Amino acid sequence: MTKAFKIVVLAKQVPDTRNVGKNAMKEDGTVNRAALPAIFNPEDMNALEQALRIKDKFPGTEVLLLTMGPGRAADIIREGFFRGADGGVLLTDRKFAGADTLATSYALSMAIRKIQPDIIIAGRQAIDGDTAQVGPQVAEKLEYPQITYAEDIMDIKGGKITVKRRLERGIEIVKSTMPVVITVHATAPDCRPRNAKQLMKFKHARTLTEEQDNEHNSYLPLYTMDYLKIPEWGVNDIGGDEKNYGLSGSPTKVKKIENIVFQAKESKKLTSSAEDIELLMQELISSHTIG
Amino acid sequence: MNNIIVFIETENGKICDVSLELLTKARGLSSQLGCSLEALLIGNEVNNLVQELASYGATRIHLAQDKRLSNYLTLPFSSIAISLFRKEQPQIALFGATSVGRDLAPRVSSALGSGLTADCTSLEIGSHTDAKAGKTYENLLYQIRPAFGGNIIATIINPDCRPQMATVREGVMKREPLSKPVEYTVNNIDLSDVISNVDFVVEIIERQIEERKIDIKGSPVIIAGGFGVGSKENFKLLFELAHVLGGEVGASRAAVDAGFADHARQIGQTGVTVRPKLYIAVGISGQIQHTAGMDQSAMVISINNDPSAPINQLADYAIVGDLNEVIPRMIKSYKKNSK
Repeated sequence: MTKAFKIVVLAKQVPDTRNVGKNAMKEDGTVNRAALPAIFNPEDMNALEQALRIKDKFPGTEVLLLTMGPGRAADIIREGFFRGADGGVLLTDRKFAGADTLATSYALSMAIRKIQPDIIIAGRQAIDGDTAQVGPQVAEKLEYPQITYAEDIMDIKGGKITVKRRLERGIEIVKSTMPVVITVHATAPDCRPRNAKQLMKFKHARTLTEEQDNEHNSYLPLYTMDYLKIPEWGVNDIGGDEKNYGLSGSPTKVKKIENIVFQAKESKKLTSSAEDIELLMQELISSHTIG
Repeated sequence: MNNIIVFIETENGKICDVSLELLTKARGLSSQLGCSLEALLIGNEVNNLVQELASYGATRIHLAQDKRLSNYLTLPFSSIAISLFRKEQPQIALFGATSVGRDLAPRVSSALGSGLTADCTSLEIGSHTDAKAGKTYENLLYQIRPAFGGNIIATIINPDCRPQMATVREGVMKREPLSKPVEYTVNNIDLSDVISNVDFVVEIIERQIEERKIDIKGSPVIIAGGFGVGSKENFKLLFELAHVLGGEVGASRAAVDAGFADHARQIGQTGVTVRPKLYIAVGISGQIQHTAGMDQSAMVISINNDPSAPINQLADYAIVGDLNEVIPRMIKSYKKNSK
């Protein structure tokens, strides 16, 4: 008998850092997400594909998306549905605001405790911060082993999962017990496209907040169908210690932000004199162009 | 207590460059803070590396050896680091921003509840005033890193939690041994109560690691030479500058064809395409075939005898002069001004 698994895919809605405009940062140095196009973090897509491949291999496997963010992050859950996921949860609460990686991983880990999956799969890192910290920190909080930089989840047999990792200068194949947290590298296969049937079925999936915000309530009859309800969980749903959430649970603070959007090029002519070179090197150091 | 601990990464029985770069940087930080510089070395029979750590200024070396630790494994390595940090209470702990450091550091920081900044490109010491709380913190570690796809540079601090943890990218800081090793002591960590069988639930089935190749693509700083460099001998100056700035050497096709540089370093249409933070073009005229491979660089500096060289159109700074004069001045000035 083949076994089925419960998989949680951690996905993040991120500002598309390839299209950063003027109002990208707030005065307090945090990101003004409202001013930027929001996308499904690319490596989380690779993670979703790995989860769907396990589902292909082991029918009955359940793939759930877990995302933390403001109301509009429900898009992440819908996108997951369109590509073959079975469900998802939006973690949303004002008390999560201002979280750094540690406070984020605490919230995610509390939600995961409630879901009790066999496997947790996330992208290696998100393009807004590139920190690659949340995966390992979630693993530590749950006291699960972690496998980072995964390129291929090769097999699951006898309660153990075999994963190929992509390192800087080679590969490593490791075998772990479950539950386990796996973070997926960009070199893993791209996610499959949206499935037309799934798209039709889930295009009206809504959170309760979205449904209430909808003035016309045009899909209200649809909202009575359970499979179209995207659950929203806040601090009260996942429990835990309030001081570990949001800003108060975040040991790191942003002291300063410098914009380094480069100006249109205008060549400055310098001579080879010691003075000119000195000024240039000082400028390169102060702009952090060189360390 | 209150010292700096650098996690030492090894590969094939050798200390990784990034760890030596970190020690060099941390040596400066520790003298600024008046604390000691310590290293954490984990592996199987790695005690022969201790001397090298002392030659980079580590005065106390925490050594964890076990035959099961010959390759990096998340769980036992993090158990060792967590237990050591709890005991030693360092104020700063540094890791390389490699696939090892980026796997290990977040796990350790989560267990300790301390803040971690990933992929720093610069570390400084400074103060911070929290206006709301009316409190001033002295001697904090400024963790400086690009964020938001490289569109901003952020300075991150951890005012209250210790250790202040950071990972640092390979190749962005200089590596400089002392003229002679410092006096050091070794703390042999007793592993019997630090790691247990549950730390070995992940096993390595297979490992294929290639030897380091020339890889100019990933380098944040590239010093590229063209035919105008004149000789293979003169290219040595470029290597010297690259070493000092933590960069790599590239070359134009003309320089490669002339035998000044290895083919793996060729940049341009028939070579590799690079997008470093800083591209210094030395004796390169700037033919389109070359610029196609580097025009996405964030900043370009040209060093050329010829004021009308086309590369100067593309350069943010065009230095008109002789490389034999300019490069030694750059090296001297950098050493003087960098911390």
